Amino acid sequence: MKLNTNNNVYILVYASVMVIIVAFLLAFVSSSLKETQDNNVRKDVKKQILSALNIEATDATVDGIYEKVVKDNLANGAELTEYTEDFKTSYNGEIKAGKFHVFVATLDNGETKYVFPVYGAGLWGPIWGYVAVNDDKTSVYGVSFNHESETAGLGGEITNKEKFQAQFKTKKVLDENGEVKLTVIKNGTANGDNECDGVAGATLTSKGVGEMLLKCLGNYKEFLNVK
Amino acid sequence: MGLFSKENREVLCNPLGSNNPVAVQVLGICSALAVTAQLEPAIVMGLSVTVIVAMANVIISLLRKTVPNRIRIIVQLVVVAALVTIVSQILKAFAYDVSVQLSVYIGLIITNCILMGRLEAFAMQNGPWESFLDGIGNGLGYAWVLIVVAFFRELFGSGTLFGMQVIPQGLYDAGYINCGIMLTPVAALVLVGCIIWFMNARAEKAEKKK
Repeated sequence: MKLNTNNNVYILVYASVMVIIVAFLLAFVSSSLKETQDNNVRKDVKKQILSALNIEATDATVDGIYEKVVKDNLANGAELTEYTEDFKTSYNGEIKAGKFHVFVATLDNGETKYVFPVYGAGLWGPIWGYVAVNDDKTSVYGVSFNHESETAGLGGEITNKEKFQAQFKTKKVLDENGEVKLTVIKNGTANGDNECDGVAGATLTSKGVGEMLLKCLGNYKEFLNVK
Repeated sequence: MGLFSKENREVLCNPLGSNNPVAVQVLGICSALAVTAQLEPAIVMGLSVTVIVAMANVIISLLRKTVPNRIRIIVQLVVVAALVTIVSQILKAFAYDVSVQLSVYIGLIITNCILMGRLEAFAMQNGPWESFLDGIGNGLGYAWVLIVVAFFRELFGSGTLFGMQVIPQGLYDAGYINCGIMLTPVAALVLVGCIIWFMNARAEKAEKKK
């Protein structure tokens, strides 16, 4: 018997069954994989924080290194308070809620570094990163930046460790007057201790990084000025 | 009919040349502009489209006799969207690094016109095996155009290939500068235009020989 596939009842039943099957399938896949995915996200965030400290961690070692190297503290004015809640994977909401995280890291050689999460907007979507400073609280030790949907090869270059991120290592967060001035400006025009070159061809993404640094690091002004 | 009969070989190979989805049918141009500033994402995108077209083609081909004609586009869309979502979820769980790389392109795969084009034009009329070959062929046909475009864009735009510098520093010292326009979508359009030109010229020649 040949099915009459143009029958209205058939179409309705077909569409409903299809939607139910697909919905069930997607729900099943999503819920059964959620834990593994969350775990991956946590590991990835930890890797990014460690990357700002110039440490390359692998999946297997990241938890161990993280415990040893980085402790999370909440900045409360110029004071640090011990952080006891679950590890956060996104600092956007935290920054908006006025909770400023500082990761206090003790490297293997005993040096202390502070890592600050930063969050802002690129050209197409959110960008974020971590800035590590030395214990003089102004010279930059390392940075890591990441983005959701900047153009590969242009705005995406902000993730380039050897080129874009490397120039931060010689820069300072504060100017002589103790103001937060670390920023990114148009490619080829950077000079002084606080300015970094943007990515050529990605002016808007570079600007986004600059604004993100000024705004988010600005929250730590008091903390950075207590030596 | 053998698995690799003459017809099936044509189904697989035609999209690579005389019936290329990008250069001849001018499908999938949007994503070809977006992901070709560097070689690596272009290859990843090409391969993921190949896999997804092949899988979607097989599923639609299996369903083709039951799909109501009036809602066939919706059915195709649901199959593609579900497939892409599931693949992306699995990648996120088991190959996180790849999924981070792909995150932008996952959405582009769903909206890629090649997918809908192949489902509508081929899988709705042909068996699963032929559809599978057609999917692989079209995916690879799309991939090679992307790779060629990305090769030239990355080489002349940033002086690198796969992120590694290939144009020697000496040339830069001698005054060579990267061609900035290569990094913009405009260059991709020009390059795709050149490929279309080349393919058309070749097709004309072949026609004359006949």
